[in-house]
Amino acid sequence: MDIMFFLHYTFIQKAFFAGSFVAITCSALGLFLVLRKMSLIGDGLSHVCFGAIAIGLFFGFYPLYIAIPVVMVASLLILKISESARVYGDAAIGIVSAVGIAGGVILASVSQGFNVDLFSYLFGNILVISNTEVILSVCLSFIVLALISFYYWDLFSATFDEEYAKTTGVQTHSINILLTLLTAVTVVLSVKIVGVMLVSALLILPAVTALQLAKGFKPAMMIGGAVALLSVLFGIMFSFFFDVPTGATIVMVNVLLFGIVLLYKKIL
Amino acid sequence: MTIIIEAKNISVQYGQTEVLNNISFAIEQGDFIGLAGPNGAGKTTLVKTVLGLLPITQGTITVFGKTQKEFHDWHKIGYLPQKTSTINTLFPATVEEVVVLGLLAQKKWPKRITSHDQNRATAVLQNLGINDLKKRMFSELSGGQQQKVLLARALVSKPDVLIFDEPSTALDPKSRKEFFLLIQKLNKEENITIILITHDTGYIGKYANKILYIDRTLVHFGDIADFCTSKKAHPSFEKIDEHIVWHQHN
Repeated sequence: MDIMFFLHYTFIQKAFFAGSFVAITCSALGLFLVLRKMSLIGDGLSHVCFGAIAIGLFFGFYPLYIAIPVVMVASLLILKISESARVYGDAAIGIVSAVGIAGGVILASVSQGFNVDLFSYLFGNILVISNTEVILSVCLSFIVLALISFYYWDLFSATFDEEYAKTTGVQTHSINILLTLLTAVTVVLSVKIVGVMLVSALLILPAVTALQLAKGFKPAMMIGGAVALLSVLFGIMFSFFFDVPTGATIVMVNVLLFGIVLLYKKIL
Repeated sequence: MTIIIEAKNISVQYGQTEVLNNISFAIEQGDFIGLAGPNGAGKTTLVKTVLGLLPITQGTITVFGKTQKEFHDWHKIGYLPQKTSTINTLFPATVEEVVVLGLLAQKKWPKRITSHDQNRATAVLQNLGINDLKKRMFSELSGGQQQKVLLARALVSKPDVLIFDEPSTALDPKSRKEFFLLIQKLNKEENITIILITHDTGYIGKYANKILYIDRTLVHFGDIADFCTSKKAHPSFEKIDEHIVWHQHN
């Protein structure tokens, strides 16, 4: 099939458009998460997202509208548990993540009617993204990117040296809350693209690829953005032409780019 | 003389453990304070408390005449932490990016780094003789170079007070001497108040005009010579195996 012909499909255009925005948002946010050793929060929140989608389907609401507030609350809960109880951050993620999955499975079992719908969110499919979801993805991506831009130096300082950041008046606690909430929103957006199981890959892989090459933080953000964008565009294209699942293909392109970069560094 | 930092009967606890107990002192503008004491005496805790990083359980601290809650001009205080261990070594920051972080205390939301700020960073790096490192990655520098970059970060906001927490640990003897001469120059020529935590007691004797000696509580605050000749000095020196009477030999 001709590539130009492929680009004429409306569903491909929508997938490219929404996917690009979400991918760039994930890469920008992922860089902060990876550097703060919070990479797995994406994994934990995506599991909560699974439970939240089940709630939405159970009560007959549009799942993502339910998922956004529920995942945001869960992200704050992770932060609270790791701050106030004698629990490490990764354990807090594990607790909240398990509750999300368990809740989703119970609701799926009780309802006996929406198993197929719910499980379609496990692996996502950007090729069936609706107009509403495109608008939601683009708008929320804009908001997340704008907030990263407005708080860029606070995020930079708190990630580079949190203790010093406090001495310059950076409200590091508020910055942690902001970062966690932005991650929650981004995870929900990413679920449609790569699914619950692979969300963390979209957050982690572009960031770790960029960190292999970048000589400075802004270059790292740009390289991460480019890697994420290429992964989504080529992932959609390959999945279409080779008839393989889109989300998994996007992740595999990401892994391939990471491998190429590692090889390039080894050769040089 | 203007009092810049004043602590009145402050105590600090970590959980149930009291780390500092009933400490009082008043630091005046232009002072060069050597903050000394044995390991575990609470020196770093005291500095972090002054900087507002740790809460006090009793007493009051005023900075430039204001309580820590009322005080917002944190750019007036430059801080060089003890180790670079709190720094994220994977972080791909350039030297220039690290230095401009010292200007964030003066910025209002949304914080932006302008070309004027970059020029200020360049000027400080030039003064310290490390402008050639400006575009290098911080993580790729040697311990001594990193220390100088962090000093540039502390100096870029043109602070009135500089707080150093064992700044010379990563430095060889020659760099250490240069470092102390630089601090002395900042104190004498620019009237910057210095608070220096160090185990280099010889250097305290040579450069500081007052000593704040603590061992979880205040042992001595004031003139160094008074401390050396006082009865308080002897048991304190036994603990640190070094002697501060050095200043008379230097």
